[in-house]
Amino acid sequence: MNDIKVDAPELDSIELDLFVQALQKRHGYDFSEYAPASLKRRLRLLADQLHCKTITGLTERVLHEPQLLPNVLEGLTVPTSEMFRDPAVFRTLREKVFPLLASYPLINIWQAGCAHGQEVYSLAILLEEAGLYDRSQIFATDLSDRALQRASEGIYSVKDAQQWSRNYQAAGGTHSLADYCSAGYKLIKLNQRLRRHVTFALHNLAIDGVFCEAHLILCRNVLIYFSDPLQDRALALFRDSLVRGGFLCLGLRENLNPSHAAQDFSPFIESARIYRLPTQAEGAHA
Amino acid sequence: MSTPAAIAIGCSAGGVDALKAVLGGLDAKLSQAILVCLHSRSDTVDMLCQVLKRISALPVVEAIERDAVQSGVIHLAPPGYHLLVESDLHFALSIDPRVNHARPSIDVLFYSVAEVWRDALIGVILTGANADGAAGLRRIRQLGGVAVVQSPSDAEATAMPQAALEVAGADYCVPLSDIAPLLNRLCLA
Repeated sequence: MNDIKVDAPELDSIELDLFVQALQKRHGYDFSEYAPASLKRRLRLLADQLHCKTITGLTERVLHEPQLLPNVLEGLTVPTSEMFRDPAVFRTLREKVFPLLASYPLINIWQAGCAHGQEVYSLAILLEEAGLYDRSQIFATDLSDRALQRASEGIYSVKDAQQWSRNYQAAGGTHSLADYCSAGYKLIKLNQRLRRHVTFALHNLAIDGVFCEAHLILCRNVLIYFSDPLQDRALALFRDSLVRGGFLCLGLRENLNPSHAAQDFSPFIESARIYRLPTQAEGAHA
Repeated sequence: MSTPAAIAIGCSAGGVDALKAVLGGLDAKLSQAILVCLHSRSDTVDMLCQVLKRISALPVVEAIERDAVQSGVIHLAPPGYHLLVESDLHFALSIDPRVNHARPSIDVLFYSVAEVWRDALIGVILTGANADGAAGLRRIRQLGGVAVVQSPSDAEATAMPQAALEVAGADYCVPLSDIAPLLNRLCLA
């Protein structure tokens, strides 16, 4: 047995494949088109947290302990965000995109992969201050039930609030972030009035279809975890959900591989990774 | 070990000067891909790219998500994201939580590249003020790669090379001025 290398390179990918198959067959969640490097890293962290020695150990628990599923989904999608992350992007939305959205009587915004909701509340505040919120509807979706639960609560660590407050100011906020939340000793809670035009819903970009007709879609730092084919699928979904002239906002370091669907979007403000579908007039010849 | 295919370098406090010394001394003939993770508070690596371009014989670029890793090119990890490499030699980014208070984290990069290049990799830890990179360097050594650590006594901040030596050990522990000549020798041999 000595000739079997404990750390054979292919062992990892075998374990990864088996886990992904188990999760799909047992629970219907498909991670087969997630980019392997981060997926493997998250699986190892999750295995550690759940006291499994190997990814295969984790696979066994996923098969036999269905109550672990929410933990596993949360671990595999690791929701991390902050309010007004990359303030310049939010400033650009406020200054360049909102004036164009303002021409619609009702504004639909889809936040795809909303995680714990920090950007949902950021967006609501931005719309409120632009005087557009009462004719806006934000659809905030995620594949994780638990993430949606957290997002709808809007409770965050007070430790983060200082940075978020600086972000808010840098994004061109016209009040103070404190005006939108109540602070306790360790936690802040976002004003629940901000939720009045938010609908939280389950949606999985890997398997589900068009979700709504949207004028703006935000999906920041979600597609970075997808393989090229799944990125393409998500972009096609966004294209089919957006109205003509609709906007798509991605994460600052995201790279659209020149896939089929990516070609339908033109850069609107490249520095903020905001893209746009052709308007009615531009699209007429297509 | 095999002929190295890649060099991964990590540093934090004092890292810009150390990188200038190392990257400025690399031979223009190197065909290895070079990946650099520097902890920085800046939102861009444009300035660092400019600075390093001036002193390096090799091209210096920011690592782009989904792009191929290029031989003979120095790739800098973008700020705010962890940098990883897929087994098909394309870059991947992640915004998973900070590791050792850092994003990009040297440990995340090193774990990922250790598994991609295994014994065809050189891991380098330079000056720095925390222990990030130590566990990653241990992983590189476990999988047959070579570990180079700047002598702590020679480093502007000693914690990072010290931690690397304690956790991973090193195949070479040398002063900063010797690192570029050493890498040239290991890579051109």
